[in-house]
Amino acid sequence: MADLTIRNLKKSFEDIDIIKGIDLDIKDHEFVVFVGPSGCGKSTLLRLIAGLEEVSSGTIHLDDRDITDVAPAKRDLAMVFQTYALYPHMTVRKNMSFALELAGADKAEINRKVDEAAQILELGHLLDRKPKALSGGQRQRVAIGRSIVRHPKIFLFDEPLSNLDAALRVQMRLELARLHHELKATMIYVTHDQVEAMTLADKVVVLNGGHIEQVGSPLELYHHPVNAFVAGFIGTPKMAFLKGKVEKADRAGVTVKLDCGPEYQLPLDGSRLKAGESVTFGMRPEHIEVTAADASPFKVTLDVTEHLGADTFCYVKAQNGETLTVRAGGDYAGRFGEQVGLTPDLAHCHLFDEKGRAVPKPGAPAKAA
Amino acid sequence: MSISTVQDGVSAVSAPGPTTVKADRQLHNRVGLLTVSPSVLALLVWMIVPLAMTIYFSLIRYNLLYPGDNEFVGLENYYFFLTDEGFVHGALNTLWLVGATLLISVVAGVLIAVLVDTPFWGRGIVRVMLISPFFIMPTVSALVWKNLLLHPVSGVFAAVWNFFGATPVDWFAEYPLQAIILIVSWQWVPFAVLLLMTAMQSLDQEQKEAARLDGAGPIAIFWHITLPHLTRPIAVVVMIETIFLLSIFAEIFTTTGGGPGYETTNLAYLIYSQALLQFDVGMASAGGLVAVVIANIAAFILIRMIGKNLTEKA
Ligand SMILES: Nc1ncnc2c1ncn2[C@@H]1O[C@H](COP(=O)(O)OP(=O)(O)O)[C@@H](O)[C@H]1O
Ligand SMILES: [Mg+2]
Repeated sequence: MADLTIRNLKKSFEDIDIIKGIDLDIKDHEFVVFVGPSGCGKSTLLRLIAGLEEVSSGTIHLDDRDITDVAPAKRDLAMVFQTYALYPHMTVRKNMSFALELAGADKAEINRKVDEAAQILELGHLLDRKPKALSGGQRQRVAIGRSIVRHPKIFLFDEPLSNLDAALRVQMRLELARLHHELKATMIYVTHDQVEAMTLADKVVVLNGGHIEQVGSPLELYHHPVNAFVAGFIGTPKMAFLKGKVEKADRAGVTVKLDCGPEYQLPLDGSRLKAGESVTFGMRPEHIEVTAADASPFKVTLDVTEHLGADTFCYVKAQNGETLTVRAGGDYAGRFGEQVGLTPDLAHCHLFDEKGRAVPKPGAPAKAA
Repeated sequence: MSISTVQDGVSAVSAPGPTTVKADRQLHNRVGLLTVSPSVLALLVWMIVPLAMTIYFSLIRYNLLYPGDNEFVGLENYYFFLTDEGFVHGALNTLWLVGATLLISVVAGVLIAVLVDTPFWGRGIVRVMLISPFFIMPTVSALVWKNLLLHPVSGVFAAVWNFFGATPVDWFAEYPLQAIILIVSWQWVPFAVLLLMTAMQSLDQEQKEAARLDGAGPIAIFWHITLPHLTRPIAVVVMIETIFLLSIFAEIFTTTGGGPGYETTNLAYLIYSQALLQFDVGMASAGGLVAVVIANIAAFILIRMIGKNLTEKA
């Protein structure tokens, strides 16, 4: 069992509040990813869980045990650091067995556990090398191996892939997913890269400025972001945001008039909105269709187009100067400066009120953060 | 290189025949030789002349009390220097002085460097004070120790001893070599602290945190993380201090004058006393060359022992 329960956790450094009250439940076997912009407190939250920082207030429970004030080594957690933090003067084998030796395990058991971890991570032939003789990806694996031998209840990762090149990052990402499956482990993973979050997580925790914006599965966050921050953070390229005003709103639908021209009827529950209120209309690049200029009331000017092969990303400018990104087919051949029309898929569009909160879809009440 | 080759080629075309090319190249070589020769020559003179003179003096009878009697005596000076009762004392005292000071400065240096690595109020001031003894001239610090600290009547130590009702110790009479070691350590511990303190700052904090998560307490972290991290700077401290400690002189000269007896005479002081107290330049030169050989042996052993540690890439 490995259920982590965090209640009203706060942390301040020299009177500056960094973590501003976190409530979070992590279930056994879950792969949880903390994601958020740089400096939002992801690492601090992870280090609080690991015990490397003292909490200012709040509690952390692992199963039924209060570990808020327990020493890091006694928490049954293992952490993989961003810089790997391997012991440079020890061989790979010694790096991996260090914790067990300190704990006074017997030789045979240590060797068995190290060999087992080395086999899982395909490190067998590297056991007698020193860290400096390893590549980045291999060091990463040793750092993971060092955690595995301890059989912790929860694995903690702090941006473990950020020092690897792009190709290796994809490969290690797959290996981590496989490892999670093989070990049936509970993992908490910190990243600022929303692609890593989306691909690895069972549950994504979006952090911003020291508090949680939203918790949910990757698709939940993608389809039902509770606010403009989450909507803008999840998904690449970013969701386009256009300013507008509510024309008419009721339980069955909302009519918005965008500042850049078009008026749309959205299938949203507008009972909280009033006519005349300013709102933000959000749509993802993949939910917009590019048409001929006269086929749509939403006319824009093509700026740069990026051909990626399968897709083409068009950066376009609306008549009032607002810019947005649109995804077109791979063989789309728009020219710079050309006038085109846009047709959003209204079923997949989002609307955010003045405070940035999402207007809920009828029948699917979104949880407020 | 490539330019000169091209030029060779051009001159070969314009003036055919292998002799011209050869002459051209010779000219190039001569110009090069001519330009570097002054500095090489200066260095050579700088080094060779004193060495040659020392070797020459060491092979003749040369006592300032008996001028003119400078006949060639072969290795006699060496024989007398090495069999002089002062030599064994000098060698052993040098060994003691270097060994004990090294041990003290490495152990104390590591402990102090680790202690001042943890943040506390006034750390900057403490650090500066810790390394300041290193910047005091050896003669001055020796005098301060002799007259203000260790003096059996007016010294600070004597006052402390008196305060507790004990009889003050006459350090330079009863524990002369230990007193010298104390003074020299006081000067050289700061050097070790300086180097090791800087090295501590490059210790990766995440390594320590990883060790904490692995269950290592402060002592285990010291043994398994900090100390291995410091092996390289410790090697540097040992190398540099050995070279300087082999030739300690001012501290002995100002305090004990090598005595009582030969108890604080090291090789450097022995050579001095041969040359200028007994006026035997020939024997002092022989002693100097013996000291050079010993220093080279020490350097060789050190480099074999710890030099590998330094050249190995991190
Ligand atoms: N030990 C510390 N002392 C003071 N401020 C800190 C400390 N650790 C982190 N912070 C501050 O806390 C904020 C969050 O840091 P961090 O958790 O590392 O962010 P990230 O989400 O990028 O991992 C940053 O503004 C950082 O400056
Ligand atoms: Mg971070």
